[in-house]
Amino acid sequence: MSGTFVGMPAFPKAAHEAVQNVTLRRNLRHATHTIRDKRAVAVAELDDWDQLREAGKQIKDHTLSRLDHYLVQLEESVTAAGGTVHWAADADEANRIVADLVKATGESEVVKVKSMATQEIGLNEALEAEGIAAYETDLAELIVQLGKDRPSHILVPAIHRNREEIRDIFRSEMSAWGRPAPDNLTDSPAELAEAARLHLREKFLRAKVGISGANFMVAETGTLVVVESEGNGRMCLTLPETLISVVGIEKVVPTWQDLEVFLQTLPRSSTAERMNPYTSMWTGTTEADGPKTFHLVLLDNGRTATLADEVGRQALRCIRCSACLNVCPVYERAGGHAYGSVYPGPIGAILTPQLRGTQSEVDASLPYASSLCGACYDVCPVAIDIPEVLVHLREQVADQGGKGHRLEKVAIKAATWVLDNPAVLAVGERVAAKTRKLHPRKIPGPGASQWTNSRDLPEMPAEPFRDWWKKNRT
Amino acid sequence: MRVALFATCVNDAVYPSTAIATVKLLERLGVTVDFPAAQTCCGQPQFNTGYRRETEPLVERMTRAFEGYDYVVTPSGSCVAMVRDNYPRIGDKARAEGRGTRLKDAATSLVPRTYELTEFVVDVLGVTDVGAYFPHTVTYHPSCHGLRMLGLGDRPRRLLEAVKGLELVELPGAEECCGFGGTFAVKNADVSTAMGNDKVRNALSTGAEVLCGADNSCLMHIGGILHRQDAPQRALHIAEILASTEEEPAA
Ligand code: SF4
Repeated sequence: MSGTFVGMPAFPKAAHEAVQNVTLRRNLRHATHTIRDKRAVAVAELDDWDQLREAGKQIKDHTLSRLDHYLVQLEESVTAAGGTVHWAADADEANRIVADLVKATGESEVVKVKSMATQEIGLNEALEAEGIAAYETDLAELIVQLGKDRPSHILVPAIHRNREEIRDIFRSEMSAWGRPAPDNLTDSPAELAEAARLHLREKFLRAKVGISGANFMVAETGTLVVVESEGNGRMCLTLPETLISVVGIEKVVPTWQDLEVFLQTLPRSSTAERMNPYTSMWTGTTEADGPKTFHLVLLDNGRTATLADEVGRQALRCIRCSACLNVCPVYERAGGHAYGSVYPGPIGAILTPQLRGTQSEVDASLPYASSLCGACYDVCPVAIDIPEVLVHLREQVADQGGKGHRLEKVAIKAATWVLDNPAVLAVGERVAAKTRKLHPRKIPGPGASQWTNSRDLPEMPAEPFRDWWKKNRT
Repeated sequence: MRVALFATCVNDAVYPSTAIATVKLLERLGVTVDFPAAQTCCGQPQFNTGYRRETEPLVERMTRAFEGYDYVVTPSGSCVAMVRDNYPRIGDKARAEGRGTRLKDAATSLVPRTYELTEFVVDVLGVTDVGAYFPHTVTYHPSCHGLRMLGLGDRPRRLLEAVKGLELVELPGAEECCGFGGTFAVKNADVSTAMGNDKVRNALSTGAEVLCGADNSCLMHIGGILHRQDAPQRALHIAEILASTEEEPAA
């Protein structure tokens, strides 16, 4: 297993392997069903859930429609509060800015708060190339990093691992990174947590530079917000002398009052908690408290292009709660790695092809990685109509031609012609009915065998309905 | 009240018994049903696979075929969802592309008149006991389109509960997708099959003789797995159960 998503195969191929991995299926089924049920209970407690969901949607839509304005306001507020704002058009630029900032401190290691944006741009790898070691401090992220693995879930990146696997990773890998795991480490959650705590404490106390993302940025005051449940994030945000935050431009909200909505919907949607355990907020720098230097790197990396798409832009409302992953029947069976990106599941299937384009095989296959069952849309706390965007993106992929889609287009055009000529259609139906004794229930060959490998075909009827109608009702 | 049956392409060609049952059921409830022969397919498979422009002739055909009817009734939740959710989108996009309002107008005319069968029976006819007889144990799979997009709620259930002789048993994990998903079933056959197998396992665990649904495309997928496994359960459309009587039982 490599630590990056470069050169991933198309979704169906990756999923083919995942579906057969019994341990993975069991781990994922157990984890997603547990959190899915808890979330449903936590959400049902609120009488005004629908209004909160609508408010969240409207706040995000309003902000996105005036993003230029709010980002400039944010820059002014952050600067006034003693921070420095950098603008990064893409991953390379963001990585270069961060690496230069770290080098300017003279340090060669950093501690990290779990952050999707820095994973999206491959910051750890970029820093490593510059001789800077980046230590992940979120427990699940640590498991992924130690295991030279890839994240498979937005909130619980190591969701595909069970306790025994985690124990083995800690035992064999921790010593290479710092304080080793105790020899007699078992797979009890308390022992695993303690081993991680001791391993990480060393890093927190030594680190001079912290790197984070943010869940929200408040334009009116320049305040950044990180929502987490371990407290490790808060250590990274408060102990180092320099703090660098890399945040997607869509994370801005206009006012503190807007947070009121999201701080209710996010915890309930993601971890089924009524209130989030560790909510850290900071505004620039403060004399004699916390980091002395604060840098904010605002990341575009495909977001303005996404914003330009009238249907697709709703993906930018996402608050990364991961509720859509937890209810998704496809994610549950294919696992997060099959999506070939740090954003797996339904949101990944609509976000990745927009941020990265649909040129690579895996990116072009993502809009099809869904049965369009709509469970994701139902739970999304900002009402992103994921099925709508999926179909919209399928249109783009089909239009661009590419592997399999040229033939498909010809077939669809032919089918439409038949379906637009009821007389021709009736002839076809009659032929199918007349030859029904000849139809096998399994058909070999590509296309048909995709169906009949696991399912029988229905028996053809003696006559189509339109003939019955003609005989019996006209 | 002029009522037209939209049989759907799948039912016309593969499951005529469902369309026939729909006609008989509605007639028994005192409705005169018409079947405009110009109808074919709502365009759902094309649209959901990414061929919106190729769907447009079918939107126009649907609108022409059902012009002048007060109600268009169909035994397929997903086809109703296609008309209700996607026809307006197709119209909006065509207009945004500078191709006028013809498709938008077509959608505006058709959408409010289009009803899924159980919706029509419960909401428009105001009936829950349709006088059916079906002496079997049945479990109900509420397909995603009916459940989440149309919000059919407990309508199918109420209809089934009123059927004489029928014993309705709860389907575990009922709200989970069966894995059909149109072209998803072949484009992502492995995941689709894994989902279908789980659905079938749950359905068989009920011990029911019949797995009932309101969408034959899902039932083709679930039924295909049941048949492959030689399972002691068959998939049957709700229309056929509701049409079944003591004199004329379901096949
Ligand atoms: S798309 Fe919606 S449900 Fe999924 S992670 Fe984003 S906010 Fe949560």
